[in-house]
Amino acid sequence: MGFREALDSGKFLITAEIGPVKGTEIDGLLEDAELIKGKVDAINVTDLQSSVMRLGSMAVCHLLKDLGIDPILQLTCRDRNRLALQSDLLSAWVLGIRNVLALTGDHPTLGDHPQAMPVFDLDSVSLLKVIGRLNEGFDMAGNQLKGAPDFFPGAVVNPGANTETALEMQIIKMEKKIEAGARFFQTQGIFDLDLFERFMKRIEGFKTTVLGGIILLKSAGMARFMNKNVAGVFVPEPLIKEMETTKDKVKTSIEMAARLIKGLKNLCQGVHIMAIGWEKRIPMVLEEAGL
Amino acid sequence: MIVAEIKPFGEIKDMLKDYNKVLIVGCGTCVTVCLSGGERQVELLASALRMARKIEGNEITVGERTILRQCDPEFIDQIKDEAAQYDAILSMACGAGVQGIAERFGSITVLPAMNTRFIGVSDGQGTWVEVCAACGDCILYKTGGICPVARCAKSLINGPCGGSQGGLCEVSKDNPCVWQQIYARLVKLNLLHFLKEISPPKTRPVHPRRLVREDLRLKKEQTKGV
Repeated sequence: MGFREALDSGKFLITAEIGPVKGTEIDGLLEDAELIKGKVDAINVTDLQSSVMRLGSMAVCHLLKDLGIDPILQLTCRDRNRLALQSDLLSAWVLGIRNVLALTGDHPTLGDHPQAMPVFDLDSVSLLKVIGRLNEGFDMAGNQLKGAPDFFPGAVVNPGANTETALEMQIIKMEKKIEAGARFFQTQGIFDLDLFERFMKRIEGFKTTVLGGIILLKSAGMARFMNKNVAGVFVPEPLIKEMETTKDKVKTSIEMAARLIKGLKNLCQGVHIMAIGWEKRIPMVLEEAGL
Repeated sequence: MIVAEIKPFGEIKDMLKDYNKVLIVGCGTCVTVCLSGGERQVELLASALRMARKIEGNEITVGERTILRQCDPEFIDQIKDEAAQYDAILSMACGAGVQGIAERFGSITVLPAMNTRFIGVSDGQGTWVEVCAACGDCILYKTGGICPVARCAKSLINGPCGGSQGGLCEVSKDNPCVWQQIYARLVKLNLLHFLKEISPPKTRPVHPRRLVREDLRLKKEQTKGV
């Protein structure tokens, strides 16, 4: 069952995320994918995450497909103009990629090639519209395609935006993304279930599918770093303390993630696990969470 | 106004190393207002150059002139005769001014003393900020008079990315997230519905841009091709 079918079936969805390496060494990445295969409904492959030059998402998605995993192609507007975005989408389709996550993308200045030209010819909303148009058999210019894709498009939302104004705008943009064709949403990492519950109440009428983000916390230091530097991520102090005082960080991290997943089961339609290097531990997290 | 800043002195000195008689030309409009290329800055740069070259034992003759606008042939012509007496002109205008003079006086070398930065406004003493990207398709009526094309690092037109923290831009903590400002202004103006509408992607300008106003052209030019 592919991701789209799993979503339509109404089951509690599980997706994970892997980030390609800088270089051509892919054995480790494929090993990780094999380990979580069968335990998740799809695997996202990031598109030069944090604007760091790496192996591309499309190639890795294709390799996952070959392993029998349904990939979600993350596609950002950072590096490609509308010609390249549309062409890459067609290329992805012929390589067997069926799901696309449309993102704005981090700014190049945050990555390892800060001198790069930021493209942003389209934004996440207009990219979603373009995906819908390609699905209908037309490009952005209105030209007819010889053979059309049938992508399942998704988007992201940041429920932890830390000012009321920022949250309000996230919700307005989420509505625009739904209008533009987004069929599912994956969120930034959630550590505060009460806050997330309030967010879900706010979007109750949207009738979309939300996969709550789970980040595997590796240490108290990582939590503090994210609180300071990662927009929309806030790890509450008790969780930081828990990581600080534990004798077995891995065990605590897995328990914490499982606890959050159990909480999310009552709030949204699935989870999206961002293991950030701990992909091998995803099966343990899912087992602990009873999934 | 067009905001420009003077180039590092070493770069200017290096540009002038093969010239012994240079006319520094200031511009009385934008760069005077942003205190970078007006009469006063011409005077300071001229003194610094004379002194530096004297120390090197390679004296230079430096003339000083400031005209009202270097982007306007009418004002450039005011210094035509004077300019002919120099080996080179060092323009303290924006890039349009430098090229305006170069175009008008084809046989004299014209050098830029400035780096042209952006179209902007003052943001407190000694600070200027970009506010217009000259995109050619103004959407300020939809954004509460605050331009996301110029003031959002990603020029997003459908609302913010997910990267702002505490109301600040992910790219530079010196910059507020312009979408937060737009949101606040639209709420105040009761125009939030504009933010809820999907804005189509902009048509990207093709350089060099050209503006033709038929109503202002002379009759005989109207029949000519561009």
